[in-house]
Amino acid sequence: MTATPKAKRPNFVSTTNACKMCAPLGAAMAFAGIESCVPFLHGSQGCATYMRRYIISHFREPMDIASSALGEKHAVYGGGPNLKLGLINVIKKYGARAIGVASTCLTETIGDDVSMILHEFRKEFAGDLDLPELIHVSTPSYSGSHMDGFHGAVRAAVDQLAGDGEPTGRINLFPGLVSPEDIRHLKRLLEDFGLTAAILPDISETLDGPALEDYRKIPEGGCPVSRIRSMGAAPASIEFGRVLDPARSAGGVLAERFGTPLRSLGLPIGLRETDAFMETLEELSGRPLPRRHELARGRLVDAMVDGHKYLSGKRAVVFGEEDMCVALTSFLAEIGVKPVLVASGGSSGNLERAVRDVTDGILPEPPKVFAKVDFAEITEQARELNPDLLIGNSKGYRVLSRELDAPLIRCGFPIHDRFGSQRVRHLGYAGTQDLFDRIVNTVIEKKQADSDIGYGYI
Amino acid sequence: MDSIFEEREGQIARTGGDAFTIACNKDSLAGAVSQRACVFCGSRVVLYPIADALHLVHGPIGCAAYTWDIRGALSSGPELHRLSFSTDLQEKDVVFGGEPKLEAALRELIAEHGPRAAFIYSTCIVGIIGDDLEAVARRVSRDTGIPVIPVQSEGFRGNKRAGYEAACKAMMRLVGTGDTSEVPPLSLNILGDFNLAGEIWIIREYYRRMGVEVTATITGDGRVDELSRAHGAALNVVQCSGATMDLAAMMEEKYGTPHMRVSYFGIEDMAQALYDVADHFKDRDPEMPGRARDLVREELETLYPQLQEFRRDLEGKKAAVYVGGAFKAFSLVKCFRHLGMKVAVVGSQTGTEEDYRELARITDPDTIVVDDANPLELSAFIKEKDVDVFVGGVKERPIAYKLGVGFCDHNHERKEALEGFAGMINFAREIHRTVTSPVWGFTPRRRGSLKAPAMKEAS
Repeated sequence: MTATPKAKRPNFVSTTNACKMCAPLGAAMAFAGIESCVPFLHGSQGCATYMRRYIISHFREPMDIASSALGEKHAVYGGGPNLKLGLINVIKKYGARAIGVASTCLTETIGDDVSMILHEFRKEFAGDLDLPELIHVSTPSYSGSHMDGFHGAVRAAVDQLAGDGEPTGRINLFPGLVSPEDIRHLKRLLEDFGLTAAILPDISETLDGPALEDYRKIPEGGCPVSRIRSMGAAPASIEFGRVLDPARSAGGVLAERFGTPLRSLGLPIGLRETDAFMETLEELSGRPLPRRHELARGRLVDAMVDGHKYLSGKRAVVFGEEDMCVALTSFLAEIGVKPVLVASGGSSGNLERAVRDVTDGILPEPPKVFAKVDFAEITEQARELNPDLLIGNSKGYRVLSRELDAPLIRCGFPIHDRFGSQRVRHLGYAGTQDLFDRIVNTVIEKKQADSDIGYGYI
Repeated sequence: MDSIFEEREGQIARTGGDAFTIACNKDSLAGAVSQRACVFCGSRVVLYPIADALHLVHGPIGCAAYTWDIRGALSSGPELHRLSFSTDLQEKDVVFGGEPKLEAALRELIAEHGPRAAFIYSTCIVGIIGDDLEAVARRVSRDTGIPVIPVQSEGFRGNKRAGYEAACKAMMRLVGTGDTSEVPPLSLNILGDFNLAGEIWIIREYYRRMGVEVTATITGDGRVDELSRAHGAALNVVQCSGATMDLAAMMEEKYGTPHMRVSYFGIEDMAQALYDVADHFKDRDPEMPGRARDLVREELETLYPQLQEFRRDLEGKKAAVYVGGAFKAFSLVKCFRHLGMKVAVVGSQTGTEEDYRELARITDPDTIVVDDANPLELSAFIKEKDVDVFVGGVKERPIAYKLGVGFCDHNHERKEALEGFAGMINFAREIHRTVTSPVWGFTPRRRGSLKAPAMKEAS
C-alpha cells in the first residue's frame, strides 16, 4: 500500500468527511452503462435509495436501482427468496434484458451465495420466463471504495458474458468513471478514426438522456450485451486508468482468456496522455490523426502558451477518484501549475507510483501523495501547503475550498453543487481545452474578485 | 395497469365510490424500486440537526457518505452536525468485531471536537456482527464525561418509522438530565421541525409574539442542553407525520408533558397551530388567544393579496404529491386549494391507514392515493392525471421532469423556507414559477406552438 504515513493524525482511526463512496454505488453506476440493464442491490432497501439519491443529484436523471429490500427475518434466514422475488419483479415490470446484481455489506456478511442463488433462479425459471442476463458482482462495502465496485462490475460483466467467435473488427474500450459527455466525445473521436468500439460502461445516453414523450422504464443507450459477448474477438482492448491493475481488470480478463491485446493508458487528459491515446488509435486504425483533432491539438498548445503566465507557479491541490487525480496532475504539470498535494480516499495501492510516473521529468519535485485519506486529513495537509487552486469533486467545497479560501474547479464525481455535471468534458484535446479555459478563468476571476480596483482588462 | 405490481394493488386506492380501503405499513416489495430508505435513515433524519452533538455512523463508509450534509437544517451556533463521521469499517473489523475501532473513534473525535454528547448510529453490518454498543458507550461516557448514546438503527430492522422510534429513544436518554429551574411557565418545546432554511426561526418568532417561550427545538437548531431541560416545558408541539411523536408520548408518560399535533404548512394549519397553543395557555394567560388572532390577521393582510396574484395563473391546474410522511400531504392539499388547484395524486412512504383515510376525505373524488410508491407507478399516475406540478424530493424530481411536468422540492434537501405565512408565499411563488415556465411548451409531451416569431419585413 502506498498510504503515505499521515503527518498530523498519526493514529486516527475514524473518518471525517470521506473522500470516497462505497463499492455497491460504483457497481450500480457501471451497470447503468449496459443496454437495458437494471442495477439491483442485494441488501436492505436503504442502500438502493440512498445511492439513487446520490447519483440523481449528480446526473439529474432517473436512476432506478432495484433492491431485494431485506428485512430482519431475511437477515436471519438468508436473502435468497427476496432476491429471486425481486428479480422476477424487475423482469416482469421493467422488461430488463440484463440485471446487474451487486451484493452489500449485509448480504456478504450473512453469507448469501449470490452466484448460487442466481444459478438456482435460472434453473427454476428458465422454462417460464424469458430470462435476461444476470450479472453478479461481489461488493462488500467494507472492502475498497466505489471505484473498486465500479471496476469490479465492469470486470464481472466481461468475465460472465464475453466470449470470442468471429473477429468483429470492433475494439473494446473501458473508459472508467468519466462523464456522459466524455463518452460522447470518445464516440465521435473513434468515428473520426473510422473505428467502431464496444464501450463498457457507456453512460452517454443512459445517464444523460433527452426530454421524451414518455417515461422510459429503462433509459435508452448503453453497451449492448451482444457487444460484450463478442469482446474476446476484438482486435484490441483499450483501458484507461494508471492505478487500475491490468492483472485484475476487464481488459486483463480478455487478454488472459482470449489473448485480446490490451493497451493500458492513462485517462486522456492533458497533452501527453491524449497524445498517447491518439497514437494508439492511429496504430489501431492505420489512419493518421484526423485534421480536426490535429487542429484541436494545435489550438490547445496555442491556448497553453497564451494562458501560461496566469498559471505559472500556481499551487494546486488535486483530490478525488485516483485515476482522475493522476490524469489531472499530469495535465497541471504540463501547464506550469505545481500540484503540491494529490489525495484520494481510494486504496488501490498504486496512486503514488502513478503520480510519480506522470510527473517524472516535468516537475522539479513530485507532489505529496496521500491515499486512503478523508477530507479532514486533506484539509490539514492542504492548509500548510497554501494552495492557489483546488481541483476535484464538489465534496471539497465546504470543508476545503471555503476553509482555505481557494477556488475549486469541479471535476469528476460527484458534483452536487453545480449544474451540468453530466456535461463536464474532461477527455481528449477538447476536454483538456475546456479544463484549461476553466482553470485560467478561475484564476482571473479570483484575482478580479479580490482586487480593490476591478480590472476591466486582464 | 401495466405499471402496477400485483402484490401492490392493495396499496393503491381511488377516492369516491365505495368505502375507502388501502393497505399500508408493509415491507417494501423486493424489486419494486421503492422510494423509501431504511431505519438508519429515519434515525439520521431526526437526530441530524442536533448541532453540538457528535454523530458517529458505525459502519462501512457508504452510510455516512450518503448522509453527509444532505439536509438543509440550519444552526444558529455550532455546526458539528454538518460533518460526516464514520468508523469506515473494514473487512478485518467485520471479522474480529468493530468495538475497538468504535471506541478509539469516539475517543479521538470527542477529544478533537468537544461535543456536548455523542450519538452512535448502528448500521446493518453492526447488527449482524453484534458489536456491544452499550458497553463501549458506557466506558467512553464515563471517561469523557459526556453522554454517549447508541442509536439502534440497523437498516434492515424495519422502515423509516422504526428509525424515528430509535432516535426518540436515544433522545429520551438526554431529556430529564438538565436543570429546569429557569424554564418559565409559559413555555413549550417545538418537536418534529428540522429548521430547513431557518423555518424554526420563523415559528419561534410567532410564538414569541404570542408570549410563549421556546425551551427546546427538537431537533432543528437543536442543542444537547436544551434537550436535557425539555421536560421543564409546559407543552410539546409536534409537527409533521410523527417523526418525534414517540418522544412526545414518552415525555407525556414520564413527565406528564401534554402534547399536541400541528402543521406549520399552509394558512389554516399554521393559524390552527397558533390558536391551539394559545388555547392551551389561555387559563394562565387569558390575553394569548387575542394576540394569536391579531398575529394571524396581520400576517394574512400581507399574504392574501400576493396569493391572489399567483392564483390568477394557477386556477384549475392539477398537482401530484408524494412525500415521506402523510401529515405533510394534508397540509399540501389545503395549500393547493388556496392556489385554486386540485391534488389529483397523493401518497407517502410511511402513512398509516388513518392518514390515508383522512387524505381520501379531504381530496376530490377519483384522486389516486398511494402508499410506498415507486417510479413506474408515479410516472403512470402523473400521466394519467396529466398534472401540472409534482411535489416531492430529489428522487422524484427526474420523474416529473422527464414527463414535462413542473416540480417543487418539499423534502429535507430543499433550501427554501416553506413553513409559516412567509413560507406559504414562497411555496406559491415556487409553484407559480415552475407551472408557468415556458419550457414546458418545448418538451415533447406538451409541444405547443412556441416557434420563433417571424422577422419583420424590411420597409
